[in-house]
Amino acid sequence: MSVAVLEVKNLSFSYPDKSILHRLSFEVEKGDFLCIVGTNGTGKSTLLKLILNRLSPTEGEIKLFGELSYKFKDCKKIAYVSQKATDFNAGFPATVEEIVSLGLYSRRGLFKGYSREDKAKVKDALERVGMYDYHNRLIGRLSGGQQQRVFIAKALVSDPEIIFLDEPTVGIDVKAVDSICCLLGELNRAGLTIVMVTHDISSILYHSNKVLVLSEDGMGEIMSSEDFNSGTIFSHVHHTH
Amino acid sequence: MEIFQMEFMQRAFIVAVLISVITPMIGNVIVLKRLSAIGDALSHSGLAGVTIGLCVGINPVLSAVIVSVLAALTIEYIRRGFSDYSELATAIVLSFGVGLAAVFSGFVKNAATLNSFMFGSIVAISDFEMWTVVLLSITVIVAFMLMYRELFYVTFDEEGAALSGVPVKTVNLIFTVLTAIVVSVASRTVGVLVISSLMVVPVACAMLVSKSYKQNIIFSVIFAFFFTVTGLIITAFYDIKPGGTIVLIGIGVLLVLLLVRKRR
Repeated sequence: MSVAVLEVKNLSFSYPDKSILHRLSFEVEKGDFLCIVGTNGTGKSTLLKLILNRLSPTEGEIKLFGELSYKFKDCKKIAYVSQKATDFNAGFPATVEEIVSLGLYSRRGLFKGYSREDKAKVKDALERVGMYDYHNRLIGRLSGGQQQRVFIAKALVSDPEIIFLDEPTVGIDVKAVDSICCLLGELNRAGLTIVMVTHDISSILYHSNKVLVLSEDGMGEIMSSEDFNSGTIFSHVHHTH
Repeated sequence: MEIFQMEFMQRAFIVAVLISVITPMIGNVIVLKRLSAIGDALSHSGLAGVTIGLCVGINPVLSAVIVSVLAALTIEYIRRGFSDYSELATAIVLSFGVGLAAVFSGFVKNAATLNSFMFGSIVAISDFEMWTVVLLSITVIVAFMLMYRELFYVTFDEEGAALSGVPVKTVNLIFTVLTAIVVSVASRTVGVLVISSLMVVPVACAMLVSKSYKQNIIFSVIFAFFFTVTGLIITAFYDIKPGGTIVLIGIGVLLVLLLVRKRR
C-alpha cells in the first residue's frame, strides 16, 4: 500500500481570538492536484503554514511522506511558491538565474557551492517554465506573470515530489493566469503532486483532480473536481467573492 | 608622496582598505533587508563601548566590539519578543547606546580621543588596533563568503529559506554579530557617527549600476574602496576629518549617478 504524500488528520487551529480550522481531515496522494478554496478568513493560507510547519496545530496531526510534519527534515522533497507577485521586493538586484539557484539549497545544504550539474539543473528548470531567455535579467524588471514563472522554476529546480502554492495568480493579468495554470497542469501530468491555495478556482479547476472547500465554520469538504464543478458549492464560492 | 612613507599613514591605509571591503559586504544585506537603522543602533552602542573603554582604561576598539556585540544580541532578543514590531528593537538599543555614551562621556578625561572615535582619525590608529582590525576583518570576510548563499537566501526570502532548510535564526544571529564587529572596527577610521552611511551609500551606488546580486556586492566594495581611499588622501593633505570626507564623497558620487540615470 502506498503512503499518502500528505495526510491531515483531525486538524484544528485557533488564533487567540478566533478559531480557524476545526477537525479537518484529508489526504493527498502522489500525482494529485489539489486546490484549496474558500472565502477570505477560512484559513486557506493558515492550512498551508500548518502543513509546512510554520505554525503548530492546536489539535490533530499532519504527516508528510508518512512522517509527522514537525519531524520532517527532507526539505528537498517539498517546494513552496508564495504570493510573490504581490509581496516581492521589485528592487532586489538579483538575476533570474541567481533566484532560481536559491532553490537548490535544499539539495546542497550548508556552506556548499554550486556544481556544473547544478547550473544545468537551473537551465533545465528555466526551460521548463519557458523563462531561460530571461536568465540574465533582473527579477524586478519582469512582469508579474514572468516573475511567478521564475518562482515556480525556483521551486522545481530541487526536483521536489510535491509543490505547495499559495495563491500564485494573485496580482497577475488574466493572460498570465491562464499560462501559469496550463504550466501547472503540464507539471502535474508529468508526475508532480500539487497543492494550491486559490481564489481563482475557475482557471485551475480543469487541471486539478481534487478540491478542498473550507467553510467559515472551520470545517472542510474534499471532493473530486468533477463533483465540485457540477455541484452547488461552485456557485457558492463564486457568489461569496 | 612623502606622507605615504609615514608609518601612521600606512596603518591607516591598511585599515581603510579592509574596512572598504567588509563594510559594504555587510551593508548589502542590511540595505536589501531594509534594516538600514541597525547600523545606527550598533554604532551608537559602539560609541558607548568607546566611552566605557576610555573610562576604565581598556582599548576602546575592543570595548566597542564587546558592547556592540552585546547590543546586537539584545536587538535579536527584543526582536523575538516583538515580532510584529521588529524596528522597535533597533530604536530601543539606539536610545540605550546614546544614553550610555552620554553618561560615560562625562568621565572621559581626553575629549580629543573621544572626538576621534566620533568622527574618525587616521593618525590615532595604533599597531595593536591595526592588527585587531586585520584579524576581525578576516573573520568577517571568511564568514561572509562561507555564508554567501545563506545570507542571500535569507535576505531575499526568509520564509522560503527556512523551508529549504536554511537555519534562519542562526544565520540572522551570526549576521547581527558580524555587523556589530564591522561597526566597531570601522569606528576608528570613519567614526561611529558616520559608519552607518558607509554601510549604505556604496550599496546605494552599486544598486544603480549592477546587473546581479554578485555584481552588487563587488561594485559596492569598489565604490567603498574609492570613497575611503580618496577620502583619506584628501584628509592627509588638508587636515580634515576622514569620516565626514569619506561620506561626503560617497554622497557626491551617488548624486552624480542618480543624475546620470535620470538623463538616460
